[in-house]
Parts: sequence; structure tokens; C-alpha cells
Amino acid sequence: MGTFSRLYGATGWLALGIAALVIFVLFPVLSLAVPPDSAFHVSSYWVTLLGKIMCYAIVALAMDLIWGYCGILSLGQGLFFALGGYAMGMYLMRQIGGEGQYQSDLPDFMVFLDWKELPWTWWMSDQFWWAMILVVAAPGLLAFVFGYFAFRSRVKGVYFSIITQALTFAAMLLFFRNATGFGGNNGFTDFKRILGFTIATPETRMALFAITGAALIGTLLLGRWIVTSKFGRVLAAIRDAESRVASCGYDTVHYKLAAFTLSAVLCGIAGALYVPQVGIINPGEMSPANSIEIAIWVAVGGRGTLVGAIAGAGIVNGAKSFFTQAFPEFWLYFLGLLFILVTLFLPQGVVGLARKLRRRWSGGAA
Amino acid sequence: MKRRMFIKQLALAASVAAIGMGSGSLHAQGKTVKIGVLHSLSGTMAISETVLKDTVLMAVDEINAKGGVMGHKIEPVVVDPASNWPLFAEKARQLLTQDKVAVTFGCWTSVSRKSVLPVYEELNGLLFYPVQYEGEEISKNVFYTGAAPNQQAIPAVEYLMSKDGGSAKRWVLLGTDYVYPRTTNKILRAFLKSKGVAEADIMEEYTPFGHGDYQTIIAKIKKFSSEGKKTAVVSTINGDSNVPFYKELGNQGLKATDVPVVAFSVGEEELRGVDTKPLVGHLAAWNFFMSIKSPANTEWTKQWAAYAKAKNIAGHKDKPLTNDPMEATYIGIYMWKQAVEKAKSFDVDKVRTAMAGQTFKAPSGITSKMDEKNHHLHKAVFIGEVKADGQFNVVWKTKGPVKAQPWSPFILGNDKKKDEPALMAEKKK
Amino acid sequence: MKKLLLALLLTFAGTAAAIDKAAVEKLATGDADQRSAAISALVAEADPRAVEVLGALAEGEMQTVAGKDGAQRVLIVKGEEAVDAVTGEKITPLPEEREDLIANNRLRGQVEGALAALKLLSPDRAARLKAVKQLAAGADEALLPLVQKALARETDAGIKPALELIAASLEMKSGSKEARIAAIQRLATSSSPNSRTLLAAAASDPDADIKYEAQKALREVQGRLAWGERAGLLFAGVSLGSILLLAALGLAITYGLMGVINMAHGELIMIGAYTTYAVQVAFRGSAWFDWYLLLAVPSSFAVSAAVGMALERSVVRWLYGRPLETLLATWGISLILIQSVRTLYGAQNVQVENPAFMSGGIEAFAGVVLPWSRISIIAFAALVLLGMWLLLTRTRLGLYVRGVTQNREMAACVGVPTGRVDAWAFGLGSGLAGLAGCALSQIGNVGPDLGQGYIVDSFMVVVFGGVGQLAGTVYAALVLGFANKLLESWSGAVIAKIVVLVFIIIFIQRRPQGMFALRGRSVEA
Repeated sequence: MGTFSRLYGATGWLALGIAALVIFVLFPVLSLAVPPDSAFHVSSYWVTLLGKIMCYAIVALAMDLIWGYCGILSLGQGLFFALGGYAMGMYLMRQIGGEGQYQSDLPDFMVFLDWKELPWTWWMSDQFWWAMILVVAAPGLLAFVFGYFAFRSRVKGVYFSIITQALTFAAMLLFFRNATGFGGNNGFTDFKRILGFTIATPETRMALFAITGAALIGTLLLGRWIVTSKFGRVLAAIRDAESRVASCGYDTVHYKLAAFTLSAVLCGIAGALYVPQVGIINPGEMSPANSIEIAIWVAVGGRGTLVGAIAGAGIVNGAKSFFTQAFPEFWLYFLGLLFILVTLFLPQGVVGLARKLRRRWSGGAA
Repeated sequence: MKRRMFIKQLALAASVAAIGMGSGSLHAQGKTVKIGVLHSLSGTMAISETVLKDTVLMAVDEINAKGGVMGHKIEPVVVDPASNWPLFAEKARQLLTQDKVAVTFGCWTSVSRKSVLPVYEELNGLLFYPVQYEGEEISKNVFYTGAAPNQQAIPAVEYLMSKDGGSAKRWVLLGTDYVYPRTTNKILRAFLKSKGVAEADIMEEYTPFGHGDYQTIIAKIKKFSSEGKKTAVVSTINGDSNVPFYKELGNQGLKATDVPVVAFSVGEEELRGVDTKPLVGHLAAWNFFMSIKSPANTEWTKQWAAYAKAKNIAGHKDKPLTNDPMEATYIGIYMWKQAVEKAKSFDVDKVRTAMAGQTFKAPSGITSKMDEKNHHLHKAVFIGEVKADGQFNVVWKTKGPVKAQPWSPFILGNDKKKDEPALMAEKKK
Repeated sequence: MKKLLLALLLTFAGTAAAIDKAAVEKLATGDADQRSAAISALVAEADPRAVEVLGALAEGEMQTVAGKDGAQRVLIVKGEEAVDAVTGEKITPLPEEREDLIANNRLRGQVEGALAALKLLSPDRAARLKAVKQLAAGADEALLPLVQKALARETDAGIKPALELIAASLEMKSGSKEARIAAIQRLATSSSPNSRTLLAAAASDPDADIKYEAQKALREVQGRLAWGERAGLLFAGVSLGSILLLAALGLAITYGLMGVINMAHGELIMIGAYTTYAVQVAFRGSAWFDWYLLLAVPSSFAVSAAVGMALERSVVRWLYGRPLETLLATWGISLILIQSVRTLYGAQNVQVENPAFMSGGIEAFAGVVLPWSRISIIAFAALVLLGMWLLLTRTRLGLYVRGVTQNREMAACVGVPTGRVDAWAFGLGSGLAGLAGCALSQIGNVGPDLGQGYIVDSFMVVVFGGVGQLAGTVYAALVLGFANKLLESWSGAVIAKIVVLVFIIIFIQRRPQGMFALRGRSVEA
């Protein structure tokens, strides 16, 4: 009971309940049970779009945990996201089996490069459980090792941002190489099955959507649980005055490292959920621009608010999807302007603005 | 939270629809048909793809002015997938499920095509793909109006091997590290070996995307070319990297008479950014050049120039240029129109059947035919040498159109491949 | 012989007698081999009209037109003037239905070689030198008699050895055994890649003596060429370093000194490049075209600086002390700038031509050509660096900038207008980015995405060199330039780039302050 009330108040839980209802009941019904020609039918476009945005929201939450609460602006989140995606993608590639263009047990691109057997990186990649381990372990381990050295040498602030950016960039170049063994520029596409289910059916798609929704709600609650715990308060203290926290006897390296690694793992999970829904993973996900965008989602929503991260991911990506269709030639102006205006006038993001408005409103009423 | 967002999206969608209505009210009394235009207008590929969007719009204007397709006015739906491959898939799904377009013209890179392919196959859409590519693919939902390797790469290499081309004996295969250069070079390597070129006389070299410093590579080419017989370079360098490559080539004094470079991704548009005087004589192989002399081409060039001026298309209004993918786009849209009229329906399956054997007198002056089976165009191959003004002199061409071989015989195992797309029923069994 | 000399002097001698009509017609209508033979025939004539005809063919100035009797008539068309290729008579008015006569590489190479060989006999030393240089890259065997004739006449010490090499390389292919061995020995003193090609072929000759001599000579030539390659690598490193330096210098001020993470830095570079383009367009067609850079350099500085100052006053100044927020806001700015350029100039690249003095290159070492454009950029980078150093250390503005970046409050207390200094400093950094754009436009493409390619590299250079350390930036740029080029020659471009990035990451983790740390205790921000 204590934990429950610590996480959210009554309205919070109510909102969460409604969200769960929409994701787990309303959407599946509207998409699967309502006939396609009905006005209330939710098409596969909306399911994949919202599924994708929910994956991004998980990434944004992970970013908010380290940036909003711990003050570490990592521009490498896109890399962790992509690693999770690649781990899942490898499994999905193996699931294609002999149905590829070349009817070989090897993925098409390997046949094409004249490889006769799988490289060691693909060990056990046809096992789902191993893929799940990789989804967590690959980004987690990389973040742990990288973070350990970085935090130990007290790389901080902007420096940390820039070297994480360099890391993503280097990884992108590495994955672009065909010789690296992950499909080069094309990455992985044309998935057929997951756990034996055909991917391109409305049912599988809805199941993935629901799992993503569950993961998002789970991540939100986990994040909330962390930031309201003692661990979370130490993180916030590190953000505000690291040397003072260190003087108080806390080993700040361990705290930062734990937060950074957790954040990377969450990104990896989001990536794994993203790949079967959008149907492609390629090194473009590791481009520095993508990682910067992740930071922007959080800034737009409001740093250090968790809900804000979700809102930011939704607003920016929703706007992107909308503007690229409505104003294909001008959408970059809107997006650019949005970033500038938010940083200048909404330092607390959309959530901060909402809170301010509510305070003013209730203050005026009182 | 989620629900609120959903409602917001719905509201936005409704307002878009309203805007769409407003602009479409002209045709309100007549019937309309929507077509999708899926080319990147921002990001790294905008440099090449933007002009294809304009080509589609020009053709649409032209068709609408002559009464549309089967009495339907065409209403193009332009989206910007922003050179982002997952976004390509999302936009493709949007075009098919939300806008319900009858056909889509789009994609440039192979990865964007690979990204949207599952979507078109799942929803049984129709995509016209206008760019030369590596082959190794036939989908029943795609019509390929660009060249397959045997319609571009192999004739070019054969030309360089001939006496007229300079009897090249050593080969540098230079490309950007992605699937099109890799595949093309794989095919060429097998082809060269079949012509008796030794392993030691082939050098394969790849650079990353956006590579801008070709000093080392050109030094390597120079060294390689001085180590033996007459050398030629086959370049599959992509997009932006061509300008620094050619500038370095010109400045380092590697002349076409010594070491000719034949390129498969360099056309009029790519040379726009280069001073071509030092590059005179380097080659490109395409199925269309702007400088081809034919009444159809003169007409088409005029039309494009007028359209660019009227629509104030930046760059083209002062210096209108046409190129091979533009021509392929243009052929595609007219063939689709003809197929619709033959099928008397916009239904994808019926249009697909009607596409087989469709012919069109292309601006190149050649009558191109859509193959009865393999969804690729029969195209003539031209080899051009760069002129000082950035155009090409056609120095060689095939006698007539060449049938595409999407499954190159130079790749092991391809001989068993069927030269037609597998149908859904067959695939599912 | 005299006649030939005269001919070369008077290229437009309209009075000369008609030349071999059949050869000209073959040149126009024959198949490739016939055209090639026709060229040889015309060369043998060594007539001024023949020279003119061949020159026109190589320049693409030859056209055909159907005559009244159905026969093809061959014309030489220069602008609006046409003359009959055979008779040399002027044709007015210009006929309508003309067809271009196209010379492909094979024919053009043959013509160029032949024309160069004819010029070997020119009394003008410069013309001879040019001809020798051209032939040194490889000449047709048929030219041997001409070359030998020229060799017999040549007295100039600057030309004769080169001519001897050309003769030797031609004798290598034909000639008796003794002649070939003599030729091989001659070629051993050469350091041209062409000699290596010839010697490498001879090194597997069935004749043991020739084989032995050729192998020995080949080793000597290769040894010299290897040095050339090393020197070329060194130059490539310096060149890349100078480009990185130019791209990073502006950032060294805006980020290094002022602490603004300016993600729009790349776009300021791009604006500089587009300004250069705009200036160049204004100069196009004028006699002053080669000097457009004189105006382009200050303009690109001014335009980028103005854009930068506008950004500073409108956006950046509200975000001082919040570096991570500036990152996001300037990212937004960069998106807007890219799209604006796309709207204004189109998504495609625009053409920036090198002025004449910057195209081509100089052959500094054996087989290594150093492009003038790159040499100019190295010099330009050095000049910019010098200018910036003078500005920062010798002017009041420089003093203010250093003061404000070291201690803003204290500077304000002693009356430095910090706000204005911020704007000027940001403008200076942006202007430097504009200069980088002007330089980059000479070697790379100018398109809306130009800046994106340099932003990560620029930050790496500044961070690696040590933030706030201009000297560090210089060293970092050079070190990274060298490292990249050195690795690239071993491992290919992709791996080289990855290794350099990983190296920087590890380096920063060992020494977070970069190569040159600020002295003294750093205070936590």
C-alpha cells in the first residue's frame, strides 16, 4: 500500500488505469473486432504509429532518468536503442529461415557476401531466450564499461555528451560496414515470423502493441519507484551538487553508473519492441541526430517529470508524422521552431507549463 | 494521456482532410484518384529525390490537363519520409491505409525500397521504383523502371574492354560501402573473371557514406594504374561523395585518356556541383542522357524547363536539367496510366496484369517495354563521356532495348531463380 | 621543317592549301579504326590546316552538315563562325541542321598526343615544356620518329632529359635488344609512374639480360616512387589537418572560449560556402572571374558573422550558463537554416568553380601531384590562424573577449560591456566558420547538408585539443589529420575513422581536459 501511494496519488492511478484500458481493451477492440469499413476502425497505420511512439516514449523515460534526474546528458541513447533492436533483429532474421530470396538457412545478406557460416556474433541467435538476454546485456554491458571509465575519470557535462556522441558515431560507421556482419546500410528487413507467429497479421501486431504498452507503463512505474526512493534522491543530489554528495561519503560513480546502465537497458528493450513493429533496423538509428532528438523529446515534455518525457516523445513524433504529410516542404521549420521556442520559453517543458497554468488557475480561484 | 493524444491526432487528421478538400474542390464535381509520392524532401537523400517529386507532379499536371486517367483527375499525395528508412515504411502504410492511393511513385535508395516492400506486399499496394539498382529482387507489388545491372554496369565494362573504350586490362572497383556497390562489384568481378581478368588485376575499394577526402584513394588508384596494363575505374560512389571525388580527380591530373572513370550514379544532376572542364572524357552509363538527340527528348526538356520556371523550382528554374531517374519516373507514371486504361480499373491486381507488355515511347527516343513477366523495363543502354559543360556525349549505345536480368547470371545460384515474381498464393503455401 | 614551324605559329592561316579531303571525310564518317587511321594521316601531313582540324576535333568543335549533293560536309564551328574543314573557306550563314562530331577518349588521346608531339618542335620553350610534360604520361609508339627528331634539335637542359626519357620509353616497346637495354638504363633514372609501368612489363621479359636490367631498374624507380608516396601521405595529412582546423577554429571560440555548444556551427560553415557561391555567380562571365575569391572571402566572413550575431542576440544569449539547453536550441536553428537554404537554392548541390590558379596541381615529387586548391587552403588556414591570434592578443576586442571568458563578473566590474563582447565574440566564431565554408567550397560539394558532415569532427578537434586552448585546437587538428590519413592508407577509410574516434574517446577518458589542460585548479561548473 505504501509503495502504491508513494508512486502516484489517486488521480494518477486513475489516469494510468484509463491509459491501460485504452491500450489493452479499446484499441484491440477497435482494431480487430470493428470491421475495416466502419468509421471507428483503427487501421494498421495507427497501430504501428502509436506502437512506435510508445517505444520512443520508453526511450524518453530512460533519458529522463539520467538527464532529468541525474544531470547526465547522454547522446548515446540511440546506440543502446539500436543495439537492443539489432539483438531482436538477429533473432527475427533467423526466424525467416529458408524463406528468404536465396532459400538458405543463412540470412540473405550473408549468402550474398559469400559467407558459408554464421559469424560468432550470431551464436544462438535462433533462440528467443538468448535474443532476450542480448537485448538487455548488449546495451547494458556497453553502458557499464563505458560509464565505468567515463565516470571514474570524472568526465562530465558537455564532455560526456560529446564522447557519447562520438561513441554512437563510431558505432554507426562500424555497423555501416558490410564486413561487420549485421547487414550494412540495409540492416535487417523483411521479417516473417516472431515466435512462430506471422508478423504481418493484425493479431500479432496488436499483441506487440499491447506488450509495448505494458512495457511503457512498467517503465513509468519503475522510473517513478526509483525517483521516489532514496537512490533517486541521491541521483538528484548528484545532479545539483556532485562534489557535496561525494563529500557526504557517497560514491557518486556507483550511483551514476547504475542509473546510466539501467537507462541503457531500458533503451535496449524499447529497441527490441520497435523492430518487429516498424519492420526494419539499420545503422541510421545510431546517427548522432537521432540521439539528439531523444534529448529534445525530454526537453519538450519537461525534464525531471517522467510523464513529461512520454508527452514529449508523443508531441514531437506526432508532430513529425503529421507535418511530414501536411507540409512536406516546411515541416523542418516547424520542428526547428518548436525546439527553439521550448528551450527559450518553456524551460520546464510542456508539463511545466501545464503545472504553472494549473497553479495560476487554482491560485486565482482560491 | 494516450487517449488525449489520440483525440488530438484525430483532430489534426480531420483538419488535414479539410485542407485537402479545400484544394481539391476544383475537381469536386469530377471523380479523382489519389496517387502517392514517396520521395525524401529533407535529409541526405533530398539532393537526389526532390526533383523526382517534381517530375511526378509535372506528369500529373500534364495528364490532368488532358482529361486525367479514365476521366479521373489525379490527386497526388506528397509526403516527406525525410531520408529516414523506418519513416519510409510508416509513410507507405499511411498512403495505403489512410489515403488509399491507387499507386505510389517513390524511393531511391535500396534500403528505403527494402523498408517499404513488406508494407506493399502485406497491403497489396503498387510501387513504381525509378532508380537503377542492384537487382536480386522481383516483387509482384513493385515495377522497376530503373536499370538492372545488366542494363548498365556490364555494357559499360564491356565498352571499356573494347578497343574504342581504351582496351582496359586492370580494374579498380570503387564504391560507397552499401548494398548497391557491393552487389554491382560482385557481379562485375565474376564477369571480369569470366573474361579472363586475373584476381591481381582487380582492386576493390569502399568508402563510408558522406566520405569527403579522396586524396588517399586517388593516390592508390594512381599507384595501381602504374603497376601494369591500361587501367579503368568503375565508380559506384554514391550521392554527395561524387563532388569531392571528381574535384580531387581533376586536380590531381588523372585524365580520362589515361585512366578513364566510368560511373553508374553520376548524371547531369550530380555534375551540377562540379567544374567539369578537368573531367572531360570520364564516362557514365545510363539509359537516358539529357543530351540525347531525339524529338521526344527536345520536347520533354522544353516541357521540364517551362514547368520548373512556372513552379519556381529552385536550381532548375535557372538551369533546368533532366536525368535518367527523372525519365524513369516519367515512363512509370505514363505506363501506369496506360495500364489503368487497359484494365479499365484502378484495382491493383488488374493493373498489374495490364502492365505486362505495356510500351511507351520514352524521351530517350527508344520505345521501352515493360517485360511480360519480370516487372522490369526493357531499356537501351547509353554510354556518355563528360563534356566541358556538364553534359554527356553519347559515344556508344546498344542497338535496341535490352531485357533486364534482375537475377544476374554472374551470381551463384541465380540460374535456378524464376524470372517472375512469386504470387501470393504460391508464397503462402 | 620551316613550313611546319610556320604552321604552328599561324594556326588560323586561312590561306594554306587544302588538305587531304579523304582523310577529313574518314575522320567524320568512318568507323573508329578508320577515324584513328585518318588522324595518323593528318598528323603525317603536319599541315597547319591539319593541326587546326585535329585541334577542333579534340575540342569538340567539329560538326557535319549534309551538302546539296547529299555528301557530308565537315565544318569547324567556333561560336557563330564556321569554316569548311577541308578547304578552310568561311561559310556564311551558319547552316541549320548540324550534327556534332564526337571524339571519344581513344581518338582524343591520340590527337592530344600527336599535337603535343608536333609542339615539341616549337621555338617557344614553354610550349615545348608543356608538350614534354604531356607526353611523359604516356605516348603513342607511332610518335617515336617525331620525338627523336625533336631530341636531336633540343638544347635546353630543362627539357632534354625529359625528352630522352620519353624517347627511351618509346624505344622500350620496339627497337633492338641493345636499344631496349639502353632505354631501360635510361629509365632507371626516371621517377615517373609511367616508367614503372614499362619496367614492370619488361621485368618479366623472356630475354634474361633485359629481365635482369629491368628488374634492377625497377627497384631503383620504385624506391624513388615510394618516397614520393610517403611525401604524398604527409601532404594529405597536413591538408586534412588544415581543413579540420578551419572547420574547428570558429568552434574553438564559440564553444572553447564562450562555452556555447553551437550545433548550428556546421550550418554557419554552409552559409559561408553558399555566400562564396553567390559571389561567384555574380562574377560569372566577367573578366575578373579568377579574382572572385578576393570578394568571397570577406563576404563569407561577414555573412556568417552577421547570422551568428543575430542568433546570439536572439537566442543564445538567453541560455548562457545552460550549455545543454543551447545544444537543443541551436539544433533547432540548424534544422531551420538547412531547410531555408533548401527552399532558397534547392536541394541539389550548387556549382562552385575553382579560379584558374587553384585548379590543377604541381608535381612536387615523383608521381605525386599536389593540387593547388589544397595548397591554397593550407596557406589560408595558416593566415586565418595568424589573423585570429593577432586579433585576440593585439586588439582591445581580443583583450575583452579573453577577459570576459576568464571571469565575466570581474570583467563587467571593470567596465567591459560583456553583452556586446559576447555578441562580437560569437560573431567572430561564426565568421571563422564562414571562412571555413569558403575554403571547403573549393574542394567539396556545396549543398544544404554540407555542415552536417563537419559538426562531429569539429567538436572532436576542440575537445581533443582541450577546451579553451587555441593552440590545442591547432595541434589536435594536425594530429587527427595525420592519424586519419596514416591509418587510411593501411586499413581503408571506414576503419581509420572508427579507430580515430575510439582513440579520442579513450583519450578523453584518460585526460578529460584534452591534450592541453588549462593550468590551475579547475572549478566545477
